Amino acid sequence: MEYEAVIGLETHCQLKTKSKMFCGCANEFGADPNTNVCPVCLGMPGVLPVPNELALQLTALTGYLLNCEVPEFAKFDRKNYFYPDVCKDYQITQFDFPSTTTGYVDFEFGSKIERVRITRAHLEEDVGKNNHFDQHSGVDFNRAGVPLLEIVSEPDISSADMAYDYLNALKDILIYGGISDCDMEKGMVRCDVNISVRPKGVTELGTKVEIKNMNTFSGVRRAINYEVPRQIETLESGGTLVQETRRWDDDAGMTETMRSKEHAHDYRYFPEPDLMPLRPSEAWLEEVRKHVVELPLARKQRFIQDYNIPAQDAEVFVGNVSLGDFFEKAVDGSKNAKTIANWVINNLQARLVESELTIDELKFGPEAIRELVEIIDVGEISNKGGQEVFTELFNNGGSPKAIVDARGLAQVSDSGELDKWCRDAIDANPGPADDVRNGRENAINFLKGQVMKASRGKANPQMVGETLFKLLKG
Amino acid sequence: MSNSDFDIKYVANLARIRLTSDQEARLGSQLGDILGYIKKLEELDISNVEPMAHAVPLHNVMRADQVQPSITNEEALANAPKTANGLFIVPKIVE
Repeated sequence: MEYEAVIGLETHCQLKTKSKMFCGCANEFGADPNTNVCPVCLGMPGVLPVPNELALQLTALTGYLLNCEVPEFAKFDRKNYFYPDVCKDYQITQFDFPSTTTGYVDFEFGSKIERVRITRAHLEEDVGKNNHFDQHSGVDFNRAGVPLLEIVSEPDISSADMAYDYLNALKDILIYGGISDCDMEKGMVRCDVNISVRPKGVTELGTKVEIKNMNTFSGVRRAINYEVPRQIETLESGGTLVQETRRWDDDAGMTETMRSKEHAHDYRYFPEPDLMPLRPSEAWLEEVRKHVVELPLARKQRFIQDYNIPAQDAEVFVGNVSLGDFFEKAVDGSKNAKTIANWVINNLQARLVESELTIDELKFGPEAIRELVEIIDVGEISNKGGQEVFTELFNNGGSPKAIVDARGLAQVSDSGELDKWCRDAIDANPGPADDVRNGRENAINFLKGQVMKASRGKANPQMVGETLFKLLKG
Repeated sequence: MSNSDFDIKYVANLARIRLTSDQEARLGSQLGDILGYIKKLEELDISNVEPMAHAVPLHNVMRADQVQPSITNEEALANAPKTANGLFIVPKIVE
């Protein structure tokens, strides 16, 4: 029997705020343990949490970027459970009225555009971090109370690779929107994976297994690639699957049971009495909508279509937004977007990396690249001369035309002058000249080199070739 | 409501408290009385009443995203039975 995998993801990402979700402690990675803490995020009795407005705005913005609805009413709830990293014995989250619902993410998967529907993206607080020692565990609450967005997908994912590409697309969107830095090294993105399998053609869902707390996308891919065959093999050998939570052991490369359904948590959600409900006003939402940005996929498609550049080039401009913006300004009014893209990617980007500069620190504007490509295109300077102009531009700024004049880089395309250089070269090198006359046309390159040398590189190389040929064979 | 409508052992486990069988009987019956009292509300017709999320008629209470001073590590750990290296030390977490 053929089986198919049905996969849904719950992705948690830390929001890019200065302070925590319900108190003014710094949202900062790497501080000494328990130094970014206060009575609110330590869950002391008698404190009053107050929501961070920026976190609410970023949540609504995520909703817009993920094509979600942003309901007119939302509230916070308590999710009750005992665990050492939850100092209040409950986590503040959103249960039945989340801040965003029903959206989707479109992304490239293979050669197709796939869509994964988003059930909801709701706001909650992160919990503390456990450190495990030989005999004890130690808890650091610096992370407790950091605003965390939980983005829940529908079970629309059918393979490990698709999950991987979805996660990367989601991450790109969140970075684009300034919602999260999504720094995996700092644990800013974590994932729970829900996996079931069913015979192909069956519409009912199989028994679901949840793999908790994955912190790398490649780990998610490996875990799915392990778990799907495990489930299929269990069913094929006549076994039954139990609904359970499993843990991925990356070293062993396998999943193992963490807790079964009988031991599932009973979270006893109820409305958080310390927090007032949310009714975002139209004016408030309008302010949020001003921060909606073009999504990475849309940007890529637009660059390919509008500028007729290859997909790889467009991807560079998606990955490096400021470089792409620079390119767009450089292209404005030019007919040669492809060449401009080459200069921006192969020369400008390379030099920026080399010199560790940002694009804002450049000594010239995008119009200089446009002008540079124009004067190369009309033959005013050679490609090689163009490189020299670019180096000067990069080091000292200025305009390409002025640099050409100041450095005498203009190509000589004057036929009288070229004619003289070519005749001189033929006279001085009768052997190669005869070779060309006798049909060994490769010998023309030697003569060409002599002319370029005599002109100190200024002769238009294409015209030199044509002139020599005319003189010898014409 | 009688205490057969809920499982006192389950509730005790959720609250992480250990009850003797005497306590189970006594607290179970008391809890049953409380729930029975609350159940009176079910006699009201509330089909036209919107669920209320909060008793105070306020919404959108928010603060600006500004960092305020935290307390010191010593203050944070002052009540902890056991600490080391700035951490709250707890029994080994096994899950």
